[in-house]
Amino acid sequence: MANYSTNEFKAGLKVILEGDPCSIVENEFVKPGKGQAFNRVRLKNLKTGRQWERTFKSGDTLEGADVIEKDMEYLYNDGEYWHFMDPVSFEQVQADKTALGDSAQWVKEQESCLITLWNDAPIAVTVPNFVELEIVDTDPGLKGDTAQGGTKPATLSTGAVVKVPLFLNIGEVIRVDTRTGEYQNRAKS
Amino acid sequence: MSIDHWQANTSRETLRARADLLARVRGFFDQRGVLEVDTPCLSRYSVSDPFLQALPVAIDGDASPHWLQTSPEFAMKRLLASGSGDIYQICKAFRAGEHGRLHASEFTMLEWYRLNFDQHQLIRELCELLRHLLNCAPPKQHSYGALFKDCLGFNPHRASHSMLQQTAIGHGFADLLGTDQHQLAKTLDRNALLDLLFSHVIQPTLSSLTVVYDYPESMAALARVEYDAQGCKVARRFEVFYQGVELANGYHELLDAAELQRRTDLDNARRRELGKVEQPCDPQLLAAMRHGLPECAGVALGLDRVCMLALGAKSIADVRAF
Repeated sequence: MANYSTNEFKAGLKVILEGDPCSIVENEFVKPGKGQAFNRVRLKNLKTGRQWERTFKSGDTLEGADVIEKDMEYLYNDGEYWHFMDPVSFEQVQADKTALGDSAQWVKEQESCLITLWNDAPIAVTVPNFVELEIVDTDPGLKGDTAQGGTKPATLSTGAVVKVPLFLNIGEVIRVDTRTGEYQNRAKS
Repeated sequence: MSIDHWQANTSRETLRARADLLARVRGFFDQRGVLEVDTPCLSRYSVSDPFLQALPVAIDGDASPHWLQTSPEFAMKRLLASGSGDIYQICKAFRAGEHGRLHASEFTMLEWYRLNFDQHQLIRELCELLRHLLNCAPPKQHSYGALFKDCLGFNPHRASHSMLQQTAIGHGFADLLGTDQHQLAKTLDRNALLDLLFSHVIQPTLSSLTVVYDYPESMAALARVEYDAQGCKVARRFEVFYQGVELANGYHELLDAAELQRRTDLDNARRRELGKVEQPCDPQLLAAMRHGLPECAGVALGLDRVCMLALGAKSIADVRAF
């Protein structure tokens, strides 16, 4: 990959920092009138999702990172790896636990996820903001209790545990916000 | 450059506000009997500051390039030595490689010179103008040394190179310095370390109108150097900040041509180390100084930044037509 100089750092540019692929979030040019010029840069580590702030001397360079993002369909988990398929080329990739991170509890077979590939290997999996999942275990529902705000834990088909209203039962399908892990509403079945 | 973006960045109200600001600047100097002047932006010579890069312009029939001014300082000093008296100028200045929220390769500068003023008299006048344009509270004033001592706990005029490095590392700039001690000295020199600490640690805290004066001797540029009350050699140079933004840079002007030549040689030695084009000192400026530059102080103010802050805009691009 090519090297990029600080004056080419634009939001979205993918570079390698400390061995990890990162995406530039923001690049601010800081220069005392007569003095040394710096670039204060915010980067998102694409493996961990964490943001870094770094100051570079203007003109310093970073190596570019071969990173692409692709919508792929989740196929299955073999106990160690999660398998995804490109719906156009039918090409398959396997992502490990680290790449899945929090997404592991939300991926559902045949659903599309955004896969971040670095040198063709998946490093991050982003699930849709909302997913519909079936309740596989919860305490029996309390009839009529639809008004009050009481909740109980429910285990979903993917293994995720969310708080749901008391009236819901095993077998019902609910909509969950994957960013917060919060129950939204009952899905039409 | 898309042809879809041909329209101005500025609304009519912004253009009006910018025009009002320029009119107020002219009114301010008119009242004080300071003469407006208009000097050429192109010159055969440019500044030697290692971190100012001028833009070259090819002129028909001339083998060496001319340079667009990084400020009108040299021409204005030749006017002063010619007997112009107090003068001001509103002009374009050009600096290569400066782009960002607060930087553009071409920008609008106000520069003025007052005979028989020292840095504190000019600071007073500058702050009157800024309060008039920005409608802000009276300034806080700190010497560069006292500000460093308050914010970082040491005297920058006396601090060793390794103390500056340790402080930079303590503020999370270890990556920037590198871990190799030998490499370290090569990459960031004393001035660069001071610039790093000042611009990243101190400057963001200067939210109200703040004047910083008596810069380190190594940053004297075209200011005279004298001993301060603590016995440190300091440059009679000052800068003004508002809302964390650097607005102005001024000097109690150096009058000694031989000293200017000496500083230019030092700059060019640094330029060679950095692999940059050397800039010999303008012989006409040197001749004017040998003839006699009158006792004076001068300051340059970035008008795009002043306009940005006056209008509460985020970037100078928001207050420039294109």
